[in-house]
Amino acid sequence: MAHGADRKKPYLRIEGVNKSFGSFHALKNVTLDIAEREFVCFLGPSGCGKTTLLRAIAGLDIQTTGRIFQAGRDVSALPPSARDVGIVFQSYALFPNLSVIDNVGYGLARRSTTRESRRGRVAELLALVNLGEHGAKYPAQLSGGQQQRVALARALATSPGLLLLDEPLSALDAKVRQYLRGELRALQRKLGVTTVMVTHDQEEALTMADRIVVMNAGAIEQVGTPAEIYGTPSTAFVADFIGAMNFLPASVSGAGRARIEGLELHVPALNGTVMGTEITLCCRPEDIVPADDGAANAFDTKISAIEFLGPNLRATLVPKDAASRSLTAEFSATQSRRIGIALGGTLRVAMPGDRLHVFARR
Amino acid sequence: MTAIAAGERVRPRASRDHWAMAAALVLIAALLVIFVALPLYTLLSKSFENADGGFVGLANFSKFLTTPALSISISNSLQIALAASFITTSLAFVYAYAITRSQMPLRALFKGLALLPLLAPSLLPGISLVYLFGNKGLVKEWLMGESIYGPIGIVMGEVFYTFPHAVMILVTALSITDGRLYEAAEVLGAGTVRKFFTVTVPAVRYGLVSAFFVVFTLVVTDFGIPKVIGGNYNVLATDVYKQVVGRNDFQMGAVVGMILLLPALLAFAVDRLVQRKQVALLSARAVPYIAKKSPGFDFAVLAFCAVVSLAILSMFAMAACASFVKLWPYNLELVWKHYDFDLTDGGSWTSFWNSIEMSALTAIFGTAVVFAGAYLVEKQTGFKKLRGVVQFLCMIPMAVPGLVLGVAYIFFFVDQANPLHVLYHSMAILVINTVAHFYTVAHLTAVTALKQMDGEFEAVSASLQVPVWRTFRRVTVPVAMPAILDISLYLFVSAMTTVSAVVFLYSPNTTLASVAVLNMDDAGDVAPAAAMAMMIVYTCIAVRLAHAVLSRAVLARTQAWRRR
Repeated sequence: MAHGADRKKPYLRIEGVNKSFGSFHALKNVTLDIAEREFVCFLGPSGCGKTTLLRAIAGLDIQTTGRIFQAGRDVSALPPSARDVGIVFQSYALFPNLSVIDNVGYGLARRSTTRESRRGRVAELLALVNLGEHGAKYPAQLSGGQQQRVALARALATSPGLLLLDEPLSALDAKVRQYLRGELRALQRKLGVTTVMVTHDQEEALTMADRIVVMNAGAIEQVGTPAEIYGTPSTAFVADFIGAMNFLPASVSGAGRARIEGLELHVPALNGTVMGTEITLCCRPEDIVPADDGAANAFDTKISAIEFLGPNLRATLVPKDAASRSLTAEFSATQSRRIGIALGGTLRVAMPGDRLHVFARR
Repeated sequence: MTAIAAGERVRPRASRDHWAMAAALVLIAALLVIFVALPLYTLLSKSFENADGGFVGLANFSKFLTTPALSISISNSLQIALAASFITTSLAFVYAYAITRSQMPLRALFKGLALLPLLAPSLLPGISLVYLFGNKGLVKEWLMGESIYGPIGIVMGEVFYTFPHAVMILVTALSITDGRLYEAAEVLGAGTVRKFFTVTVPAVRYGLVSAFFVVFTLVVTDFGIPKVIGGNYNVLATDVYKQVVGRNDFQMGAVVGMILLLPALLAFAVDRLVQRKQVALLSARAVPYIAKKSPGFDFAVLAFCAVVSLAILSMFAMAACASFVKLWPYNLELVWKHYDFDLTDGGSWTSFWNSIEMSALTAIFGTAVVFAGAYLVEKQTGFKKLRGVVQFLCMIPMAVPGLVLGVAYIFFFVDQANPLHVLYHSMAILVINTVAHFYTVAHLTAVTALKQMDGEFEAVSASLQVPVWRTFRRVTVPVAMPAILDISLYLFVSAMTTVSAVVFLYSPNTTLASVAVLNMDDAGDVAPAAAMAMMIVYTCIAVRLAHAVLSRAVLARTQAWRRR
């Protein structure tokens, strides 16, 4: 649905947005388009500016320069009350003295004309988030997950064009979080509401988002689908931040070839790079595979450490021809039984050329 | 660093809420400027002027300092204040230590008893001391020939009057010590004495300093006790009264007022400093200290607390007895006649009802203004500068003794050219002055309650397009109701017992109970004065009880959400 939707006219357009607090630049020239019905995650370490960007979109902390358009309307300077957004905060900010029904119906009081239509809408929303029987309770009487859903229902009550979620799941424990990920995503698909979620949890972003916006130090590093972000990180920061990655200092030794100490590898991505250029080669642990003699980019290693992870096994490998480097590789439990991995043993592995990423030396 | 890309600065468009908040903030700022800052400014300028309003520099100050009769008051005030501060702080420290660091029985009761003097006007201990140690006093011989009329009486009265303030500060200081420090000290082999001097004293030294300064200020600026029991012993506070009310010498009154401001400002500065340090002392992971049972120690501190509480209770009991006895100590027949205030000079039942009216109005309007002001300062974004100004103005009253504020009010409102002169001699000026006098403590209570609320309520309601005042009414006020009730109780009791500011501002039509105590005592009607003082005490106790009942009822209704 959302894939390729960005070719349409964007629903939310962020244009050259900067935000400074005194001499600190929290956002640096951020430009981004979000399509209608899309679920976008802002992902990054704390202090990267993702929440600042969300608050600028909401109108809570308006950007210093730059413009924001929502549904073709310039909302850059508008206060939150003049924008068409629903917000769920990390703390949920539920009104503690109002019942669940009154919380959810809080924004409806002035819109729906009759008490009946209001009551109907609240019942509909509570059913939507599976809280039908909890309407009379107060927030303090609900579990964290239930409170989160009340906050969501309250934000959706006025049918906003844009739903903003600020770390909505971070206050919950792991099991509930995992369950609510699916719930939230299914709900968003059902309602088709354009959604922006801020998170520092990459797993959350990878499983939920149509597109991920990876941010670092106030700027966007990469925008792409979860598969693109994971499979072809465009910067070393993204490569490092998302998933696990081996970083290997290397130098270009020929056309499409790079050398790590005594180990020479075929790296298709290197075509055209000047001989002798210092680079960093990256490879994910699961892309290092057991190899036969004839395989390309195969080399012998010594197993220096083994970690048991349950379904998987993580091994630290030291290449024979590059003894000062070590690689982390991950094998499935069955695979490792078949090839017989043991501490101190040797293993011949390959790093397929198309799975190698190249970045300029940091 | 990437430079901010060139582009037009976004000028946020203000919402209707924003303008409403701005208007409210400006209004609060204006009220604080008119009723706090401007009167103080008038006081300041008066002290540098002659009677005709011409600028004379420091002439008034040098005249004051070179008039021996006047300048002796400075050294008298200092001596009294130092003596009372030492005694009160020491007694209060042991008392607070017993409450927080022992397992003696009835700790909660003793804590309550220590706070009782807050419910009485400062004139009450003066009257009771006269009955106990005066010329015909019950236990006159305890003074071994010394006279109670003078420094001894003043110090004793001040200790009674300032005791609860010191106990509150020290109980707080002693309860926020980290229990793990004691465990660590014990594990390291420190004995009781070593623990006391290496753990306890460093932890509460700021509290001790703070208590000392608070007591010092209260004593220097208290006017009731020296007036009743001081005899010919002049202190600064009674000087102001004499200069302004007795002689109509506003310039000299202003000078003494300015001098009285000094210790208060110093105490205020010290208190701010101390509070900042005290906060850092307790980390979020600290463990509360729980005292171990120790029969010998527990009994000793129990005996101490019993003696102190008995002394406090005897002050009340003495005043109560005096108010019911026909002619102390010659005719001990019980009579009601001293409560028939209309027969006396200087007071009447009207004064009492005026006090009730004034206190109720102070509680109602004061709470509304204080809470709204705290909300605007605490919960709004934008107007950073204006909020900073309001916040500063809110803190000023803490540093201004009531006596000084009262004098400042006369100077400001007596001026015919001032359009606010219409307020002069009205009930309104008494209410406004009392709210201003007690503004800071009430403001800080409200701020604390508001800080505990989720900071995103306003953002949520803005995104739901609900006007901010609706959220204020439906959420903020109900959630903060316990604090709101506390503020109104504080304002009511303070208004009921205060003398220092209102003594300059009442008119024949707006006499007050506390002022009546003063005037009846002055006219020699001491028993009716005791009766009126006890009426104030009874009222404060009744209101305190009503507050407890009301709080419970309101909490049951509005705070149902607190129960799981």
